[in-house]
Amino acid sequence: MKRISLLLIIVIFFSLKYTAQSTFPTNGAPFNIHSIYAFTNATIYVDFETLIKKGTLLIQDGRIIAAAEKVDLPKNAIVYDLNGKFIYPSFIDLYSDYGITDSRPAAGHNHGTPQMESNVKGAYGWNQAIRSDYEAYKVFLVNKEKAEELKKSGFSSVLSFRRDGIVRGSGVFVNLTGKNENENIILDKAAGFYSFSKGSSTQDYPSSLTGSIALLRQTYYDALWYAQNQNKNEYNISLDALNKIKDLPAIFEANDKYNALRAAKVGKEFNIKYIIKAGGNEYQRMNDIQNTQLKYIVPLNFPVAYDVEDPFDAEAVSLAELKHWELAPTNPAEFEKNAITFCLTAADLKDRSQFLSNLRKAVKYGLSEKMALKALTVNPATFINVQDKVGSLKKDLFANFFISNKSIFENDAVIMQNWSGGEPTIFSDINALDIRGNYVLNTPGKNYKIKISGDLPTPQAKITIDTAKKNLSYHFTNNQISFSFSYDSTKTIRANGNYDAISKSFEGKGQLANGDWFDFKMTYESAVDTTTKPKPGDKKTDLNLGKVIYPFNAFGEPLPDEKGIFKEQWNKFKNRYSAILIKNATVWTNNDDSILVDHDVYIVEGKIVRIAKNIDTPKMAFAKIIDAQGKHLTPGIIDEHSHIALTAGVNEGAQSSSAEVRMGDVLNPEDINIYRQLSGGVTTAQLLHGSANPIGGQSVLIKLRWGHTAEDLKYEKADPFIKFALGENVKQSNWGDHNSIRFPQSRMGVEQVYKDYFTRAKEYDLQWQSFSKLTPKNIEKNKVGTPRKDLELEALAEIINKKRFITCHSYVQSEINMLMHIADSFGFKVNTFTHILEGYKVADKMKLHGVNASTFSDWWAYKNEVLEAIPYNAAILTKVGVNTAINSDDAEMARRLNQEAAKSIKYGGLTEVEALKLVTLNPAKMLHIDDKVGSIKAGKVADLVLWTDNPMSVYAKADKTIIDGQIYFDRDEDVKLKEYVKTERARIIAKLLLEKQKGGKVEKLKLKHERLYHCNTIEGVDEELTGHR
Amino acid sequence: MIKFKDRINPPNPLLQGGISVYFKIAILLSILGFGNANAQKTYTHIALINATAHIGNGKIIENSIVVINKNKLEMVNSITGIRLNPSAYDTVIDLSGKHIYPGLINTNNILGLHDAEAVRATRDFSEVGNINPHIRTLIAYNTDNIITPTVKTNGILYTQATPRDGLISGSSSIMALEGWNWEDAVLKADDGIHLSFPKAITRKFTEEEGLSVASNKNYNTEINYLNKFFDDAQAYCLTTNAAEKNIRFEAMRGVFNGTANLYLHAEKAKDIMSVINFVKKYNIKKPVIVGGKESYKITAALKKNNIPVMLNRVNDLPDNADDGVDMVFSTPSLLQKDSVLFCLQLEGDMEAAQSRNLPFNAGMAVAYGLTKEEALASITSNAAKILGVEKEIGTLEEGKLASLVVSDGDILDMKTNNIILAYIAGKNIGLTNKQTELYLKYKTKYGIK
Repeated sequence: MKRISLLLIIVIFFSLKYTAQSTFPTNGAPFNIHSIYAFTNATIYVDFETLIKKGTLLIQDGRIIAAAEKVDLPKNAIVYDLNGKFIYPSFIDLYSDYGITDSRPAAGHNHGTPQMESNVKGAYGWNQAIRSDYEAYKVFLVNKEKAEELKKSGFSSVLSFRRDGIVRGSGVFVNLTGKNENENIILDKAAGFYSFSKGSSTQDYPSSLTGSIALLRQTYYDALWYAQNQNKNEYNISLDALNKIKDLPAIFEANDKYNALRAAKVGKEFNIKYIIKAGGNEYQRMNDIQNTQLKYIVPLNFPVAYDVEDPFDAEAVSLAELKHWELAPTNPAEFEKNAITFCLTAADLKDRSQFLSNLRKAVKYGLSEKMALKALTVNPATFINVQDKVGSLKKDLFANFFISNKSIFENDAVIMQNWSGGEPTIFSDINALDIRGNYVLNTPGKNYKIKISGDLPTPQAKITIDTAKKNLSYHFTNNQISFSFSYDSTKTIRANGNYDAISKSFEGKGQLANGDWFDFKMTYESAVDTTTKPKPGDKKTDLNLGKVIYPFNAFGEPLPDEKGIFKEQWNKFKNRYSAILIKNATVWTNNDDSILVDHDVYIVEGKIVRIAKNIDTPKMAFAKIIDAQGKHLTPGIIDEHSHIALTAGVNEGAQSSSAEVRMGDVLNPEDINIYRQLSGGVTTAQLLHGSANPIGGQSVLIKLRWGHTAEDLKYEKADPFIKFALGENVKQSNWGDHNSIRFPQSRMGVEQVYKDYFTRAKEYDLQWQSFSKLTPKNIEKNKVGTPRKDLELEALAEIINKKRFITCHSYVQSEINMLMHIADSFGFKVNTFTHILEGYKVADKMKLHGVNASTFSDWWAYKNEVLEAIPYNAAILTKVGVNTAINSDDAEMARRLNQEAAKSIKYGGLTEVEALKLVTLNPAKMLHIDDKVGSIKAGKVADLVLWTDNPMSVYAKADKTIIDGQIYFDRDEDVKLKEYVKTERARIIAKLLLEKQKGGKVEKLKLKHERLYHCNTIEGVDEELTGHR
Repeated sequence: MIKFKDRINPPNPLLQGGISVYFKIAILLSILGFGNANAQKTYTHIALINATAHIGNGKIIENSIVVINKNKLEMVNSITGIRLNPSAYDTVIDLSGKHIYPGLINTNNILGLHDAEAVRATRDFSEVGNINPHIRTLIAYNTDNIITPTVKTNGILYTQATPRDGLISGSSSIMALEGWNWEDAVLKADDGIHLSFPKAITRKFTEEEGLSVASNKNYNTEINYLNKFFDDAQAYCLTTNAAEKNIRFEAMRGVFNGTANLYLHAEKAKDIMSVINFVKKYNIKKPVIVGGKESYKITAALKKNNIPVMLNRVNDLPDNADDGVDMVFSTPSLLQKDSVLFCLQLEGDMEAAQSRNLPFNAGMAVAYGLTKEEALASITSNAAKILGVEKEIGTLEEGKLASLVVSDGDILDMKTNNIILAYIAGKNIGLTNKQTELYLKYKTKYGIK
């Protein structure tokens, strides 16, 4: 009885396992197959690190039964002898649009009438770029053609999603079989997807990167509030959906090293560990990428070589682009070297058939084969928690594997079969015979020598006709060969015959040019050499790669010596000197002592310690002595109004307020204008949001620490500022007639925008204040919901609470007057009016209010509201007693702000010292950093410029620019850097030319370049329309 | 009557500290006809003495005497050894410590052709159509526009009013910065035709890709289109009595017979090389490269073919990140070194309003390798030569128009540039403008000294 029940259990168990169950009715008799397949004598990678040299893989019903050296073959197993061939677990791509039929609707960007609200109808959220409700599994459709393409590159399961929007909903994890959708879906909601790109949304907001980041932040806060708050009066599909996908693995499309860091930062705020989709340039800032401690999905699209044959045209290709071409294939290896967990993707490849060759290229450039396999199997599986289903050839996992003729990392390896969910796709015959050898072909009257050699599975044939060797095209399938060749200029022989494995020879029928048939024999004579020779250039030692430079742009520098530098300190490589002694300079102190002739200034560890005559030479190591005889030393120039070093937009101008956006989110430490401005003596700059709306975004104050990362550029513990704007730009006066919808359109409306927002900010602040006073008991008892965190009102409340300060773009006296009244009525002060071209008309009122002025020296006549601008403005304001600065708002002019200041000597008679203060001490005061910089005084930070001449003269050049006691620009060093740019360019161009000679692909010039921003620049709107400034 | 002649020998102590407001007011009064009965009298024979005269061709005369007779310069010499007879002049002005310069020449500029740039109603520098050689800036030049008065006060006395846009944008004219009307202000009408030469590499901005640089796909089409027009125009101009007049072709006659310049706007070395081919092909007699940002790369070819350059602004950013930070600042000295004739111009952002900074652009070139007198020549005599008006203006030489300015100090340095006296063709011109008036008004309001 016991035995019977055991048997019964076994029977039941087996029948459970082997009877395919389906909810689908069958038309006719079911055609279910449960064959067992055995692949023997293969080199099997059970997983990325477990290798069986000669083993067997056994599968049934789409699952792995076993993979081992010795497997008992069931009698009914179908056996394939894979002698010499390789079996790998199939690859997994986590970044695919396979089977997503509604992918990427037409790109949206609104050129015509502004679109303030979402176009999506229904109970969705307010912004069209938040598509959290999208569920890829509901639209997924099998696409056999695309599946085959993927399988040819080794993939047999992918994570598919729709690449559209900032929150993109969930993706579906699927196999790539030809069966129906029901049988392909492995995991319905496998991951959530995010990006900074609004995709097809036609809504105006967000119109910049900083806006996208702000929107994502606010959306997370809103979702949190939505989940916590029981008393809300709103149903919101988008927020509800976001809460539902929030705990899934979160995949973030960054596509760029700095966007990766930005995403990591947002993730950190909300405790989300994004899996970052990389862009291929991460090796350029590997240390920071490593510090994110996130996982990455790394693409294998390496740039195609540029066509640099025309030396003039080649000038348009920058050193950064040349270097990226050279170093991009090292990107995956750098991830491995830095112990970052990553997987690889075929996404971004224009030509998917390049995947395997690019994979091999990555290996050639330093990626280990083991890591390459891991990054295509176990890692992606683990990222989305499907390692018990795919990624290795362990028992019960999906039978997802491919067979290759040799190690997949060999250049000529091909995938012969790829199985997904137990279903094969066959690319070439695994039973194909090796017919390589030397043959003699008998034809009537003549014999020919034929040599078949080269790599399997498609070796090449050559025929000797008279004494000439010619290629012979032939087909060999199913043991049958066919070929044709011309034996003189007009006559051709054609033939077809069967292969005999024992004699290794062919026999069959041929037809002569005159139509006569004949019997032919092609007899095996001898073997050919079948070992493959490595091609030159295959070895890693041949690569001769240049170094990564910091920043990754011209005038960046490689690390001085990669050995001996602690990684965590690498970004301080500029810190070469612990002390600097500047001898015999004319020192413009900006203090009461004014100008000191023949004085020494001694700097230790970034601070000015002493100013005196004849200071003794320091004896410490790493001290630099600068002979400044005949030169002038001034405080570093501070540009109160700048838009350099920003990425993808300076204006988030879709709404009349964008107080929630932060310019600090979008710093670009690689902007060449940082270096250019260092050469003009600029040490600090305030990077402002543009002037497209009355309430702009939050500013960021930076020091021009060329070579450092974005976060390191930020001025430590600076008071937070925000940009406001008045006049024609916020009224959209010069933006074309279709821009007449957004409120406000007149100076009357501008006032009310402020009144409205500050009123709401005040209420918001009160709401939080009273909430914070409640005890948890109180909250529960009264069922008080946590107030919604509103980043926009929060920033405005900070202004009212004197924790954030306004820099306001302004021109006409009426509006200047208005904003001071608004500020007074809410109990705060406007910190700075910038541009302020009619400031001279209300200088007395400004002095009374205590506001600062930051103006242009002589700009005017570019639009209607600047027709009464006068170059005497700075002098009048100064003389009335308003703290006044001269700023740039222009990447070019910032290089010579000293000259712009000097114009106030000509226009209005300021003294030279007063003029210098316009670009040093005065802006320091208005930015609240005059306790640290702006004058030369013991105890202050050593931000200094050494000039070749009187700094107020047009003939003066900055010789050295010093920040934090380190030399960031030096005219002598600049000569060396120019030489470095020249020789590096020449070296890489020589490589590119070689690539072209070898027949490699080259691309016509098409390069992206940096964009210059003024405060009126709107992404996607012609500057012609926006007017100036 | 203020007797200027009294102020020489011995020097008037009043003048020791500079010519000062007293003097400026005197001129102002004389212009406005205030003062006494004699104020209406205009001086036509004037001796300016003891200033440092910067001739504009590289020479300097310390302690000079510069004599204006009617509209011409009668004498430019060192005063040393000259026995001055004050009574021979209507007035003699002692300019000890001051500097005299030829009036600066602003080339390739829309100055005078608009007021507020963003206000469409004031824009008169661009016309509909791609080939407009018949369009003339001369008649749109508004002597009463709001910008020129703020430009002449920094020493600029002439401007080449230049049309913009299209493949051939039209004819420029050389205009004085002061005049009753355009007929009065014109120095040389229709001095040349402006042609924007097709670019082999284009820079364009798209939403998807940002600013990108790419080979110009339409380059051959554009070149063929241009050649076709020149073939047709040249053939037309071979006859003088066409059956049917074509006003576009008629406007091209000067270009082919050498009475007008052809201004070929091109920045990149490759494009300039194409321009040189083009010039040879059509036997253009007076070609000028305008822009020429990369002209320094092909100085030998420019020199060999005798093609001068109107170099774009010195205060401009390099095109490429890889270029040296001082590349553009240094370009004038590279052209100078290789003996390419060039002048400076300011085409670009806010160019009309920026015209007043022309001397400071030249000053910047001094910081990067030019001598001060070479820099001065690049905005005076060189410009006059290129424009074909060197017989009239550009240097302080006897027989030329008496168009000069006097500055307190070095005119090229904003620290010392302060124009206290200016003549256009012997006519003393006022040095006030709306901005100086507003300055005075608000100085008074606040009681600023």
